[in-house]
Amino acid sequence: MAPGLAGGPGLAPAGGSAESTGPGTGPPVSPGRYPGSTSLRGSVSPLPGSPSPPPPPPIPGPSAVTVGGGADEVRHERSNLAGVRHILLVLSGKGGVGKSTISTELALSLRHSGKKVGILDVDLCGPSIPRMFRVQDNSVHQCDSGWVPVFVDQDKSISLMSIGFLLENPDDAVVWRGPKKNALIKQFVADVAWGDLDFLIVDTPPGTSDEHISTVEALRPYQLLGAILVTTPQAVSVGDVRRELTFCKKMNLRVLGIVENMSGFVCPHCSECTNIFSKGGGEELAKHAGVPFLGCVPLDPQLSQSLEEGRDFIQEFPKSSAFPALAHIAQQILDGTSQQSS
Amino acid sequence: MAELADGQLPQECPGSSSAQAGRAAACQGCPNQGICAAGAAAPDPAEAAALRARLRAVRHAVLVLSGKGGVGKSTFSALLALGLAADQAKQVALLDIDICGPSIPRMMGLDGEQVHQSGSGWSPVYVEENLGVMSVGFLLSSPDDAVIWRGPKKNGLIKQFLRDVDWGEVDYLIIDTPPGTSDEHLSIVQYLSAAHVAGAVIVTTPQEVSLQDVRKEINFCHKVKLPIIGVVENMSGFICPKCKNESQIFPPTTGGAEKMCQNLNVSLLGKVPLDPQIGKSCDKGQSFLSEAPDSPATSSYRNIIQRIQEYCDQRNFQEEKIIYERNKNVVHV
Repeated sequence: MAPGLAGGPGLAPAGGSAESTGPGTGPPVSPGRYPGSTSLRGSVSPLPGSPSPPPPPPIPGPSAVTVGGGADEVRHERSNLAGVRHILLVLSGKGGVGKSTISTELALSLRHSGKKVGILDVDLCGPSIPRMFRVQDNSVHQCDSGWVPVFVDQDKSISLMSIGFLLENPDDAVVWRGPKKNALIKQFVADVAWGDLDFLIVDTPPGTSDEHISTVEALRPYQLLGAILVTTPQAVSVGDVRRELTFCKKMNLRVLGIVENMSGFVCPHCSECTNIFSKGGGEELAKHAGVPFLGCVPLDPQLSQSLEEGRDFIQEFPKSSAFPALAHIAQQILDGTSQQSS
Repeated sequence: MAELADGQLPQECPGSSSAQAGRAAACQGCPNQGICAAGAAAPDPAEAAALRARLRAVRHAVLVLSGKGGVGKSTFSALLALGLAADQAKQVALLDIDICGPSIPRMMGLDGEQVHQSGSGWSPVYVEENLGVMSVGFLLSSPDDAVIWRGPKKNGLIKQFLRDVDWGEVDYLIIDTPPGTSDEHLSIVQYLSAAHVAGAVIVTTPQEVSLQDVRKEINFCHKVKLPIIGVVENMSGFICPKCKNESQIFPPTTGGAEKMCQNLNVSLLGKVPLDPQIGKSCDKGQSFLSEAPDSPATSSYRNIIQRIQEYCDQRNFQEEKIIYERNKNVVHV
């Protein structure tokens, strides 16, 4: 007899509704007042079983009605996501395909089109976003509405939130089981004072597990535009992204399209193009699944270098082979949102 | 597909078999708090005994970790298993505990294979006489099936893989892990405490965005007292097939794995260059080592595999020496 997940030794993929998350954002912690604008650096302990960072104090005044108290607070005041026009998730299923890279480059492209963008990094074990903007040493502060996101520059046109800002030591491994990760994600969604944004991009870790279920459930009441799925061309990657497509279907999450990243490398010495990670898998998957194909982004060491050093690739390398592809993806997102509002 | 609901757990449940079970701040108010604190929710002794019995038959367990996704853990695990199994006298097992993204079946050319069950347990899928493989991929009926499970359910399956799979006597158990430092990693270290864990091989690519995650993984290993066999730097340079010039596609802006290993006092097992044939072989489920025996990447892999073997043999020798010394001092009356 073959054991199988559909009936063998009692295991089944939870294909349908996501597993229950239950109420609460964490253990009851008295909100208290934080003197001035206290930094939250070090408020998160990477050890398993330790409490979540304290929730920010509620807004004073008659409009702030908290029901229940303790871990079951329900805020009736204006939600921190009320000013965000569109939320989009960047997913894969496969690790290392360029989710954080695409999230970063998409944010930069949208900024260059005059939009205000936020990035929420829910990869709690491997937070890559802070370094890509060279703000890994910045801290998150509290204000009356909640946690202040980290601004990338004086213009405040790009703001970020990541667990990377909350750890005392960047080399600390965040060794948390699912429930603790879920609690922090809920806090990230409820307690970050984003203000007015055109786009909030949510960068996710690979997989279809706790972080993904919790993020989608927490964002469901808000202006969730949909998800962009990133893959590299080869079959091993596409194989995982197919499962991510199923995840999106099960969670009723609209798929805005698929991006095929690391699609070809043009040798800077002789201009020969080599398909290091194969070619075409992403486009085929999009066709097979009936979702839009947003484009191929080639491998460009200048792009890797910019990300390493936290520089603005869009500004510095408009002649790069990756630039037109990234700009095109951003344009399709913008076109999608203007169609939605018309 | 039949669906099972998970038990209702408090949001911050540390896990019923954790050392914090019943004692963590999050446990207050949970109806199971008393049970957990009393240790009654700890692994069933019969279950623990079954785990120990299976793992006793494993001479060396090697975990392949990263922290970062997409650096080549599965590729490396597959080639390590194939490389070790080239010695027909060795029995090798490859266990894939990446529940959400199981890549091993495809890489080993075992797509579509099924797991069979007998009185002695689940039978691994054999690539060669001396190389058996297990993955959640074999339990899914369609390549589109998504395993959308929270932590506790993933842990349950990992435990089943270790307890119920009839590996037989195994020289090397290679365990391919998903990226990160979460449920799967905590659980596998916990469950393997009954086995001879040789240690962990950590895979990275040269750029800082990978290294920053890999430092966390090294930290994790120290925290859970998992010995580190060494680090492999993958995708380390690309030689253009036309002009033969080298390009650093993933530039080592902070010194790459070499500098990190020096700083953290861990071994650098080797560097593997990018070769387009690697991806192709993985996609087709063929052994890159056989398909491209003359590639510089192949010689890198072979050197690294040999170093891992030497590490395991050395460890074995030291353990046997300790047992011998201990026995020498026993007085027989």
